[in-house]
Amino acid sequence: MSGDSGSGDSSSATLHSTDPVLREFAELVGETDGVAVAGGRTRWSAGGELDSAARVIQAPSGIVDYVPEEMIVTVRAGTPVAELHAELAAKGQRTGLPERGGTVGGALAVGENDVTVLGRGTVRSALLQVRYVSSEGRIVNGGGPTVKNVTGFDLPRLMVGSLGTLGCLAEVIVRTNPIPTVSQWYLASDADPFASYQAVMAPSAVVYDGTNTLVLLEGHAVDVDQQAGELAATGSFVEVGPPSLPTGHRWSLPPAELKKIATHDTGAFNALVGVGTVWAAKPQPARTLSPEVQAVHDRMKMQFDPTGRLNPGRKPGVNR
Amino acid sequence: MASFLKSAASAGSAAYDSFRRLPGRKFEPAETDQLVLDLQAALTEDRVRNDSAQRALMSHDASVFDGGNAGPVCYPETTDEVVAIMKIAERHDRAVVPRGAGTGLAGGAIPLGDAPVVIAVTKMNRVLEIDEDNGIAWVEPGVINLDLTNHLKPHGYHFAPDPSSQQVCTIGGNVANNSGGPHCLAYGVTNAHIMALEVVSPAGDVLQLGGLDPEPLGLDLRGVFVGSEGTLGVTTKVAVKLTRNRPGVRTLLLSFSSVRDAANTVSGVIAAGVVPAAMEVMDARITEAVENYVHAGYPTDAAAVLLAEVDGLESGVDIDADQIRAIGLANNATDVRLAADDTERALLWKGRKTAFGAIAQIAPDYYLHDTVVPRSALADVLEEVYAIADRNDLLIMNVFHAGDGNLHPLIIFDGRDPGVLDRVHQAGAEIITASLDAGGVLSGEHGIGVEKQKFMSRMFTDDDLDHQNRVRQAFDPVCRANPGKVMPMGHSCADIQQLRAVPRDVWG
Repeated sequence: MSGDSGSGDSSSATLHSTDPVLREFAELVGETDGVAVAGGRTRWSAGGELDSAARVIQAPSGIVDYVPEEMIVTVRAGTPVAELHAELAAKGQRTGLPERGGTVGGALAVGENDVTVLGRGTVRSALLQVRYVSSEGRIVNGGGPTVKNVTGFDLPRLMVGSLGTLGCLAEVIVRTNPIPTVSQWYLASDADPFASYQAVMAPSAVVYDGTNTLVLLEGHAVDVDQQAGELAATGSFVEVGPPSLPTGHRWSLPPAELKKIATHDTGAFNALVGVGTVWAAKPQPARTLSPEVQAVHDRMKMQFDPTGRLNPGRKPGVNR
Repeated sequence: MASFLKSAASAGSAAYDSFRRLPGRKFEPAETDQLVLDLQAALTEDRVRNDSAQRALMSHDASVFDGGNAGPVCYPETTDEVVAIMKIAERHDRAVVPRGAGTGLAGGAIPLGDAPVVIAVTKMNRVLEIDEDNGIAWVEPGVINLDLTNHLKPHGYHFAPDPSSQQVCTIGGNVANNSGGPHCLAYGVTNAHIMALEVVSPAGDVLQLGGLDPEPLGLDLRGVFVGSEGTLGVTTKVAVKLTRNRPGVRTLLLSFSSVRDAANTVSGVIAAGVVPAAMEVMDARITEAVENYVHAGYPTDAAAVLLAEVDGLESGVDIDADQIRAIGLANNATDVRLAADDTERALLWKGRKTAFGAIAQIAPDYYLHDTVVPRSALADVLEEVYAIADRNDLLIMNVFHAGDGNLHPLIIFDGRDPGVLDRVHQAGAEIITASLDAGGVLSGEHGIGVEKQKFMSRMFTDDDLDHQNRVRQAFDPVCRANPGKVMPMGHSCADIQQLRAVPRDVWG
């Protein structure tokens, strides 16, 4: 049974679309040889070395449908995040996808959160519906077009951070949220970043590099002013413009571990307090899964890509 | 509701129907003596119940579906005991059904087939640790939702998902169903609030899924486990995210002379960039039923009321509340009332959260539906829902999470009326059709269970369902965990007859 014939029920037309752009992409993915989808190549080394025999293809791009009052946007995977966010900003909205260059599909496949994740939300919570091309070249749909949905197994969650090893992302529906009225960064070099994080009710970011603490406050002007006052009790904060994005290897640590960041061999670092993401000069030591969890991973990969043709050579979580 | 149950069963899902037709062995205590003895040896005698009363109790959940056939009921207290149960079940070729408080409305906790072993986690009910530095609490699956929030309150936190059943339902059940609640509009449903899980796989392995760090290694198996309705294993520990309590809260009650005006207000608020903590609508019938016994001052002459709550810092919530009031008035609100204090706020919420109990004064039986539609379609779909009720000569009330488009049409009836059950099911199917036609989904928070399996192919293609089934297969190749749920007939584990002994090497 083909991927689009489904129940043949008109009620499901939005889900069973026969969009020629997606069909074309499905043909491009094909059914047999090794294939990798390139986005903006901003995290191209993620997951390790790509099998040199693999074909490198691009996902389709473009915003398909945007309904601001539904707080969702349908967008093709190859669309640059910057292009998407420019379109949304015109309606006062943004998404949980990171603003670091790259494409929508790449951002979802990598799963790296934005520096302002505390304010804008995680990548994994942003994805509502996913259409991908399977290893068999079929168009598969998971999730649904509403902000709330518990219909069946959560394929969108599985796709986020999977580095395209389970399916080639083609088109997604992403949750949007309002851009706060005011966004203001503050900098102090004498603050205890953990005290700063606790002092304000809802910081959108607290970034610590070992000396400087950068805090982003967002919301109504009165709220930002009030929180800036609370922040001042934890250091000599001054208003600054948006900082440049942290770069380097990406570590993932429990937030409490940041208090002991000096005991980790990071080199120069920028740590997201309250989150646990660290961008560092040196890579995080290799992490491992328990054999039992690894076995579930292996079975999942076998289920979705029995011939190992999707992004061959790459493993989620490696070489970040 | 006894008279309803039988018919509900016969009108249940395809897998369920097949179960009803199964000649299968009927549960015979003698036949399972060794199973019971093994389980009692692994736990204690008093925590493995095999009496007919207990098994009859565990053959149901809060749904309308009948026909469950519970085997021995186990009350483990530790992860090791859950592992032992799983391995004993495997040895005896018996399925297992995880169970929390049994408040599910889609039949997810009903044991199907050959008397599955029921694993009731209600004795695993400790809050193990509040870890503020990591922003989480480790809890056992039997902890009750509201107990957790009350436990966290002195520390300045709460657990955000707050289903109407929160005084009874367990965190383990919330994980299984990816539960929602009124306050999930701003904070998201359960999946956004689970950092890590310890689960026992159908093979009896203890798996740590997710982690306290933001990007745990590998695939997001925690993400697919949440909402899997007990079909991927048994949750034994949960790291829930701590949500900081907000100092400022404003609760508004807006009255309207039409449901459409209320729905338009909801869309207007979202379009204006305000994301309230909650936006709940109740129609005239349910409002009257609630007011009759809560006496919260709900207007009984309004066609609909909108309960909206914003939270945050004190100054900001006033701005948001003013904006909601203005949008309401622009959409013909006939009255806007701001809760003066915590007592009044609590009273307003009491009315909303006990709405389903309130209908007992109108008719003895009800069937609560759960679909989601785009917010902009709310008014149209609601009109259709009322038309469906008229067409089927039924009374329908609406109380729903308007902010996220989550409808809860409540069909009220007396099961003693001849023929009413057929009309109830017909109306339910029509509501689902209307919701899907409007671009919605099958379930916002109740899940699929046995209730909506047969509708899955209305939303998904065979390829879509095949891929969902692959998730199931990766975790549970032999369909040991809660067989006969979620996936429609034709997929493995949907047809409970497929439960077999473990094929060789399947666990790899």
